[in-house]
Amino acid sequence: MGTRRRVVVAMSGGVDSSLAAALLAEQGFEVVGITLRLLPSRRAANDLERFDSCCSPRDVEDARLVASHLGVPHYVLNYEQEFDREVIGEFAAAYMGGRTPNPCILCNGRVKFGSLLRRALGLGAEFMATGHYARIDYDCKGGRYRLRRARDSRKDQSYFLYGLAQAQLARALFPVGEMTKEQVRERAAALGLKVAAKPDSQEICFVSGDYRSFLRERYGDRLRPGAIKDGAGKVLGQHQGLALYTVGQRNGLGIGGDGPFYVVRLDGKANEVVVGKADELLRREFVAEKPNFVAWDRLTEERPAHVMVRYRQPAAPADLIPLQGGQIRVRWREPQRLPAPGQAAVFYDASEPDLLVGGATVAQ
Amino acid sequence: MRIYLDHNATTPMRPEVLEAMRPYLEARFGNANSIHSWGREAKRALEEAREVIASALGARDKESIVFVSSGTEADNLALKGAAWAARGRGRHIVTSAVEHHAVINTCRSLEEQGFEVTHLPVDGEGLLHPDTVMRSLRTDTSAISLMHANNETGVIFPIAEVGHLARQRGIVFHADAVQTFGRLPVGVESLGVDLLSLSGHKIYGPKGIGALYVRPGTKMVPCMHGGQQERGRRAGTENIAAAVGLARAAELCVESMQLEAERVRSLRDRLERGILSRIEGARRNGHRERRLANTSNISFQGADEESLILALDLEGVAVAAGAACTSGSLEPSHVLEAMGRRPEIDGGALRFSLGAGTTEAEIERVLDLLPTVVERIRAAAGSSHPEPALTYR
Repeated sequence: MGTRRRVVVAMSGGVDSSLAAALLAEQGFEVVGITLRLLPSRRAANDLERFDSCCSPRDVEDARLVASHLGVPHYVLNYEQEFDREVIGEFAAAYMGGRTPNPCILCNGRVKFGSLLRRALGLGAEFMATGHYARIDYDCKGGRYRLRRARDSRKDQSYFLYGLAQAQLARALFPVGEMTKEQVRERAAALGLKVAAKPDSQEICFVSGDYRSFLRERYGDRLRPGAIKDGAGKVLGQHQGLALYTVGQRNGLGIGGDGPFYVVRLDGKANEVVVGKADELLRREFVAEKPNFVAWDRLTEERPAHVMVRYRQPAAPADLIPLQGGQIRVRWREPQRLPAPGQAAVFYDASEPDLLVGGATVAQ
Repeated sequence: MRIYLDHNATTPMRPEVLEAMRPYLEARFGNANSIHSWGREAKRALEEAREVIASALGARDKESIVFVSSGTEADNLALKGAAWAARGRGRHIVTSAVEHHAVINTCRSLEEQGFEVTHLPVDGEGLLHPDTVMRSLRTDTSAISLMHANNETGVIFPIAEVGHLARQRGIVFHADAVQTFGRLPVGVESLGVDLLSLSGHKIYGPKGIGALYVRPGTKMVPCMHGGQQERGRRAGTENIAAAVGLARAAELCVESMQLEAERVRSLRDRLERGILSRIEGARRNGHRERRLANTSNISFQGADEESLILALDLEGVAVAAGAACTSGSLEPSHVLEAMGRRPEIDGGALRFSLGAGTTEAEIERVLDLLPTVVERIRAAAGSSHPEPALTYR
């Protein structure tokens, strides 16, 4: 078979993955472009908003044009059912259970670096590349692949990649991780890529607008109204289903009184939304579960780290304390707003702030 | 070396066909409906082409041939035309579960318009039994539509037996012969059909041309309205060059049919034997004998068909599976499903369809390549990354 090293590039039709493909082709790789069709095309075609979001027919066409411009083979794979099961289904299940999911992390671990990576290896590829803004290096001393924040800190997406295992990182390439967004656009324009000025994709690709409307539309029959209470158990109002609320949320509660009130807890068993004042959201610590460590092998003793509990929020200093059953207590140096259960808490090295050491899911 | 094993999808045009067409793309550009000499020239070529097709089908009357734009259009015209014309008799149509989408979706559209459609099952080898057809017939059955041979497996249906049945009951019988015309003897009398579809580009002719045989006396309403072309059965200026190309391609195929079938059969059997003996967990889909000589459909346990097709394409080998949808991604095969195959258990299926250009060296190259390709896909599919850390269930 071929002599050049084969790499599959997951091409979304956006500028980042398009340039990733172009750069790898330039470096002499045998590039194979693959675009995943994640959403039903009917919905995509009937809804103008949808049409501009990720993996719409227009994006598939853009990816095809870029691949043909680069002279590399390009395939479209139907991942509709798999995406629905592995990402949208999990997303909904989390909200239904009173948690706030992170679908991009699910998609990276299960779809892109799960099933698509297996496909790529089956096609004889040594690597799979995406347009993510993050960097990978190999630490000879520790014998581990490590993730670092992107050179362009405003675009850094390492937060969404903390769940990747060593076997996945060993095969991953992020060619734009060393570049700023401006450099990516300039380079894409210089290479004549039609998508050089294409706007960035926004928010969650399968939700146009408000995720609550999406949940109402698709899972409305599973929403059960219940009580909104304060910490003392006093009923302040009615909620329309736990899935429509997120810890930390202030607006849209529909309760009066001597507010403002914030959601501090979603009680799945009692089907109750518990609210409180702003100061009740400030905590010294929280527990995270199901960790994945990247730069570290595991956590055996208390260690300092910088912890990020929301994308685009600065990481704050904390100590990581191992608990029974693989759980981790995150103790902030300064009190912080309570993170929503289900969100990712991602840990960066205390002395090397761009080095991602691992992450975990905020427990309920 | 690129290897094309997808002749059931389309075929390259023969140089002789292009030569025959050329004058009608250049100097003889006339409209066959014009009175002047350009028109007469075009008309003559069109009628000669009609004669050739009629004689290739053993049809007595050349007027029984209607030129259309494709096999799909021929199927549409046959089904809609006959169903609407015979709606006084009844609104029940019998077809099979493994037809081409041109028939399945035409039937679906008729269902939306109040017709009732029975989709007959096939057995595990893809065969349809005449008894099954007989038992499905009702007093209000107005039409039967069956394919002569299946595009995915090559399995041949008992058209002559069904033709006999249909004639006894006075039911209009349509055969979709897109995959067989030019490859098997197709005689409208021996098959006993009233309507028969065929296409140009499957027989080394041009794309954009097909024909529908309409037995004299068969009632049919037109689908395309406009001028009086094709005796009012299909309006629109005739595509003379394509009709001439179709006729020339048909002549060439009929001439070499027997020899070519034997040559291709021996290559196909060599390919199939090689695959089944060299690759464990490979299984033929479709009856071994009762199928087209050029087609082999094989399932590969533990490998998905998209990966198989992509991996072979990256090595320059063109094969097919399932049905390609507009975006180029694959939908599961309704044909294999009807035969009881389940992709989760039986694995992905590939269709190898050989043709006039296929050589022994090509078959050997595929046999060298395929075991490695299948093994690599199986190994990767079995490699488990650790369970994802993040889960909400």
